[in-house]
Amino acid sequence: MGASLHSPYAVRFKNNPVQRTLKESDTQKSGSNPSPTLEAAGLRKHYGRTQALDGFDLTVAAGTVHGLLGPNGAGKTTAVRCLTTLTELDEGTATIAGLAVRRRPRAVRERIGLVGQFHAVDEALTARQNLTLFARLSGLSKPKAVQRSEALLEAFALADAATRAVSGFSGGMRRRLDIAASLVLTPAILFLDEPTTGLDPRGRATVWQAVREVAAAGTTVLLTTQYLDEADQLADRISVMDHGRVIAEGTPAELKRRIGGDRVDAALADGGRLAEAARVVGDATGAETSVDRDTRTITVEVADGGKALTSIVRALDAASLEVDDLALRRPTLDEVFLHLTAPAEDRDTPRTALTSEEAR
Amino acid sequence: MTTTHPHPVIAAAPGLRDRRSNALREGWLIAGRDLLHWVREPWGLVFGLAFNLMLILMFGFLFGGAIEVPGGGDYISYLLPGMFALAMLFGLEGTMTAMAEDAKRGITDRFRSLPISSTSVALGRAIADLANSVLGLAVLMVGGLLIGWRPTTGPAEIALGVLLLLWLRFSLLWLGIFLGLRFRGAGATTAVQVLVWPIGFLSTVFVSAETMPGWLGVIASWNPVSATATAARELFGNPTGVTSGWLAEHAVLAASVWPLAITLVFLPLAATAYRRLRR
Ligand SMILES: Nc1ncnc2c1ncn2[C@@H]1O[C@H](COP(=O)(O)OP(=O)(O)OP(=O)(O)O)[C@@H](O)[C@H]1O
Ligand SMILES: [Mg+2]
Repeated sequence: MGASLHSPYAVRFKNNPVQRTLKESDTQKSGSNPSPTLEAAGLRKHYGRTQALDGFDLTVAAGTVHGLLGPNGAGKTTAVRCLTTLTELDEGTATIAGLAVRRRPRAVRERIGLVGQFHAVDEALTARQNLTLFARLSGLSKPKAVQRSEALLEAFALADAATRAVSGFSGGMRRRLDIAASLVLTPAILFLDEPTTGLDPRGRATVWQAVREVAAAGTTVLLTTQYLDEADQLADRISVMDHGRVIAEGTPAELKRRIGGDRVDAALADGGRLAEAARVVGDATGAETSVDRDTRTITVEVADGGKALTSIVRALDAASLEVDDLALRRPTLDEVFLHLTAPAEDRDTPRTALTSEEAR
Repeated sequence: MTTTHPHPVIAAAPGLRDRRSNALREGWLIAGRDLLHWVREPWGLVFGLAFNLMLILMFGFLFGGAIEVPGGGDYISYLLPGMFALAMLFGLEGTMTAMAEDAKRGITDRFRSLPISSTSVALGRAIADLANSVLGLAVLMVGGLLIGWRPTTGPAEIALGVLLLLWLRFSLLWLGIFLGLRFRGAGATTAVQVLVWPIGFLSTVFVSAETMPGWLGVIASWNPVSATATAARELFGNPTGVTSGWLAEHAVLAASVWPLAITLVFLPLAATAYRRLRR
């Protein structure tokens, strides 16, 4: 998937300071750029009695992809809307490319691209008509707008669907069109608010690929998501937010160190031997286990998933404990929050009570 | 993960922009979106036009025989200018719905995130809806001519009559934009769809105020739609159904002042509602 998004060209750009290939490493890129593309400090915004932003701070270095990770209602959309001039802040200062968001909204709009949480393209129009409209509204002459639209359709693998009404598009295609429409003027920073929520895996993959293309071209990206693996896959740095403020920030590697490694879930065939199995798994991995009686599942946090999986299988087999299911997985969002918000001694009581729905 | 080469298109140099922001140009582009809608999905437009034609046939022939026009005159000739004014009133609902839908779907947010003038979105709505009303009026006039309506005055009066009709529509644009931005729920749109009917009926569109019970007649003759209908009748040389009273002498004045008042009230309110999207 996504092969069609690949560019056949290898071109150098003078005004593209950050030549990069994504995800080569988790370490922060150069880190020496003196002026970040986005700087926000102490942002506050309330709706009635809800404090949607409550002292929100964020710095995004030029040329990086920054992930903003948080559960439903954390304030991600509010943050994006305030930073993109759509919503007025109560308090705080924010600058984009050195321009104050509150004082110079018009100038800021010239330098941002926004892909909102809800699709903002015209359903009744074709992909081409949408792009041409937004290109001309962004200030391109008609011939340039047409040219730019064609190029963007090509770049986002939408050329074949150019003359079809958007109402017939798949979720992934819509998102890509949305992204293309936000890149007409090559923004200093592209905001993506939950770009893959509600997409099927295939749509998700194509959107990820599109985001990688954008990032590889040197555009700074701020991306919000509820999925840890998405932030991990795409972002150079991640800010975890909850209740309107950032509660942790770092590279994916740093955060993973704090969150702990992967998890192994072992579902036992025989619920009667759960305690025994937990001990066996604990001995095999040298880690603390947790047991869920309802699903007969033992969960253990492991540093090296592959190795741990093998030793768990061996140990369970040696004890002739039969498993129904054995899975290696990333921590879920509520496990992340558990680690980031609870003091080390009592990690069993989460500060944020996430419902299973919120934790997806 | 696959590595990615910078794509020349995506990485195109910033500062591509070659037009300065200009509200009129942007309004025109945004209105062009509606014109594309008409071309791509013409049924909504066709149905709207057919509906107005159906109304003139229904009232003209079904009830026409039973209705007497005070001061004399043929009912079809009396009815048609009234129907023109009514069509202007009914346009309100279209403005409101379009505004509410765009705001709900995030299209308005997309526009608001672009470096365009803050008046462009409303201007686009205004241009598109006025174009729609001009078309609607033209179709109604042709339909009217086919069933026997005849303007009997000169081109200047006829043109002024058309202008006053569009002036009413213009004023209602701001009411529609205000309502659409302020009340975005589906319920609000339905409420307006329903409420335009009593407002339309409590006017002199279908029957003269002089044939109504006293208090109803007073309401009907003070209805802005009646002012425009009466002025249009006068200017087209059709029976007005008004034999005495203030409106008999000052219909054109009333049809000029009412929409002005509506505009003065609702244009600022619409602007405020647009600004409040930032809340
Ligand atoms: N326009 C609004 N009016 C009232 N309350 C709002 C509004 N927008 C957001 N809120 C509230 O502010 C809080 C933060 O909402 P926000 O949409 O920013 O969260 P989010 O992180 O984007 O969540 P999600 O993952 O569901 O998109 C929530 O409690 C929400 O109910
Ligand atoms: Mg959101």
